[in-house]
Amino acid sequence: MARLIRTEKEVEGRFEEVWIVVEEDPLEQWPEGPLSVVGRDAPRQDGSLRVRGEARYTADIKLPGMLHAAVLRSPHAHARVQRIDLAPALALPGVRAAIGPGEANGLEEEAGWAGAPVAAVAADTFAQARAAVEAVDVEWEELEVVLDPEDAVRRGLVTGEARRSERGDVDRAFAEADVIVEGTYRTQTVLHNSLETHQAICEWQGDTLHVYISTQYIWGIRQEVAETLGMPEDKVRVVCEFMGGGFGAKNSPDEYTFAAAELARRTGRPVRCALTRHEEHTSAGNRNSTIQRLRAAARSDGTILALEGEFFNSVGWSGWSSPTEGPMRALYACDNVRTVTHAAKLNAPPMKAFRAPGFAEGTFGLECLIEDLAARLEIDPLELRRSNYAESNEGTPYSSKNLEECYRLAEPHWERRHEVRARSDAVWKRGVGMASQIWYGGGGPPSYAWVRLGSDGRATVITAMQDIGTGTRTAMAQIAAEELRVPLEKVDVVLGDSARGPYASISAGSSTTPSMGPAVRAAAADAREQIEDIAEQRGLPKNTPVEEVVGLLEEAQILGKGARGPNPTGMSVLTFGVHVVEVAVDVETGEVRVERVAAIHDVGRIINPLGASSQVEGGVIQGIGHTLSEERLLDPETGRVLTTSLDAYRMPTIADVPEIVCEFVDKPDEHLTNLGSKGLGEPPIVPIAAAIANAIRDATGAEVHELPISREEMLRALEAAKEKERRGAPAAV
Amino acid sequence: MSEVRLTVNGGEHVIDVPVGASLAHVLREELGLTGTKIACNEGHCGACTVQIDGVPRLSCIMLAHTVEGEVTTIEGLREHPLVDAFVRADAVQCGFCTPGQVVSAAALVAANPEPTREEIRHAMAGNICRCGTYPKIEEAILSWQD
Repeated sequence: MARLIRTEKEVEGRFEEVWIVVEEDPLEQWPEGPLSVVGRDAPRQDGSLRVRGEARYTADIKLPGMLHAAVLRSPHAHARVQRIDLAPALALPGVRAAIGPGEANGLEEEAGWAGAPVAAVAADTFAQARAAVEAVDVEWEELEVVLDPEDAVRRGLVTGEARRSERGDVDRAFAEADVIVEGTYRTQTVLHNSLETHQAICEWQGDTLHVYISTQYIWGIRQEVAETLGMPEDKVRVVCEFMGGGFGAKNSPDEYTFAAAELARRTGRPVRCALTRHEEHTSAGNRNSTIQRLRAAARSDGTILALEGEFFNSVGWSGWSSPTEGPMRALYACDNVRTVTHAAKLNAPPMKAFRAPGFAEGTFGLECLIEDLAARLEIDPLELRRSNYAESNEGTPYSSKNLEECYRLAEPHWERRHEVRARSDAVWKRGVGMASQIWYGGGGPPSYAWVRLGSDGRATVITAMQDIGTGTRTAMAQIAAEELRVPLEKVDVVLGDSARGPYASISAGSSTTPSMGPAVRAAAADAREQIEDIAEQRGLPKNTPVEEVVGLLEEAQILGKGARGPNPTGMSVLTFGVHVVEVAVDVETGEVRVERVAAIHDVGRIINPLGASSQVEGGVIQGIGHTLSEERLLDPETGRVLTTSLDAYRMPTIADVPEIVCEFVDKPDEHLTNLGSKGLGEPPIVPIAAAIANAIRDATGAEVHELPISREEMLRALEAAKEKERRGAPAAV
Repeated sequence: MSEVRLTVNGGEHVIDVPVGASLAHVLREELGLTGTKIACNEGHCGACTVQIDGVPRLSCIMLAHTVEGEVTTIEGLREHPLVDAFVRADAVQCGFCTPGQVVSAAALVAANPEPTREEIRHAMAGNICRCGTYPKIEEAILSWQD
């Protein structure tokens, strides 16, 4: 039964109150622990297609008569088009159409960053389109370039109002504290760098626009394209069967889609618009840099009395202000917390969500500060974290929280620190550090799935979701197989096409499994009930194998449908975890090597332990890149991106990977849906930077305050530690 | 346009392509072999890796007209035991880099059927995987003969 409810919807830590129609979710959860299919390792169902190079990505689609588009981008970080002449571009060989500012959404006269889209050309080949873009004649009026976030905030150059939160009496708590620690932490801008660049192919058939796009959100693309072009949503079909990575950057259509749609309309031919790697670095989004000024107050027994933070998000020309203050507000029990988060509008490329936006950055600052507090209090860092355990989320009960169990699982890894330190020598110092993780990941309604069974005994799950590489097809097949009581290999999953399946959730915010899984299970349960009904009518026992019953169907089919039920009201659905990291630091050169990572997470029921371990490893490795080597650099004068290649922008390779141990609490959240599963894509990237920094501190005494921990930053921190030792550690406040 | 002769996965091809076209472009656009991916188009990421006479090469920065020797792409390695090893080990997430990984790995195990972890890390360091499947890739290559 559907009913209309008013509920809070969360994506990537952003909440909004919405009215939605939800369906009741009457299914009991399965018992805890591995079942027949769910909770057991399953290799990816589409693994072979991907490995053999048969999977068809947007980059591989070639429609008859397809043209190629290129985008003209501003060479200036802030400028206005005074005059633009597309005629020289149109005169070149192979060029079929050209559009300028205002002729497609995203192409604008005012360029707010170096790389902002201004015009686009479609030609027979991409090389011709690129040449034509170069030929466009533009006269620019250069405007003032603002790149310093604190300066921008002082001057009121912001993308939105500062976000403020306060509970308790922070000033009084600081006045009464035994110990106060404070520090300024900085995180850099990092790039998603999905290996398949942002791209779309648009084709008009009659009044329907077909959009083939590398995306994390088929239905979001459909909605935004339809709204922007003033079309009914059902006249936009969005297709994404396989996509080559997103990490948060592919949730919206953007200029490449709108330019392709308009150029396709003008030429009457399909148009591909694909970003180059360099454009990916200048114009496709980033995890924005932050500055975090943090303070903590505690009693000498280790009770955290107050936390205070001022956060500067360098949002860029556009984007949203991610919840960098989130961990400070939510990770620990603390009655007195005050935060303010500024959103600086800069002449720099716009931010886009990147794997736990805000929380990855904020956890670095907070968990380094907590380590500092532990050192000052001379309390074991694990003990300090345990003794400030939050029992509710600012008064709201958790739907489930097993962080204590994560800490218990962390103990043997934490115990290794004595042995690890003992392996230090004169040059290589070794140590162990930890950091806790809190993040969202509960998903939510609406989401729907259908299940179809025929007389061949095979089941097909149909839903218009996307698999962004996280193993979604396989997890959904496992859930359906479990509920239908059929072997996994008898279940196929059809997804990736808005015209061929019901509405499905975004694949962002660690929401795919918790949003889609319950809908798939409900659809499979609906089908199973019909099968049991048929069995009963035939006088067969209730436990007759599904294959036997559907074998009687001939051309008839069983069609099940299912919907995602509501999240529990009045409860906070969050994910938790802890990382324990071992590092070695060369104190002469500042080289840091991560040698071992134990990643322990509480995300409810695990559907596919094999796929889950891959998610954790991937998050940890990406996080190691963010911590040690990755940084998008801007020219401080011109605002142009200096790191436009994968040579200059250094991501981890196989040679940089430490031993990674993954452990899960694997306890279903009894309040969350018929599955009890939360999401896992983002949690593993949240604590890794702080855990590495804390391990470095354990190894060397050096306190790093900036990401990436380059050799320069490492040597600075080592020098500062030596200086501090010479002066003698300051007394407690 | 100028004629180019290529031997790809055992088949002979004589085609007209513009001077300056990369091997990756020709494989994908002219021969329809889209298993070879282009991710950076400047020789930094390894997604476009093919073998030339068994040696891994970056096809996105190799001019088609300069190719000497037999080209092997992922399409020519689909029956290689490494494919199953990658699937079994879950050494694939989004999969965009994976064909290139398999091509590099196939060259490695042809030369050295039982590589050590260190040898794997050395041979595979030119193939970037942004999803971070590296531990599983290592496992797949260690167990490819199982």
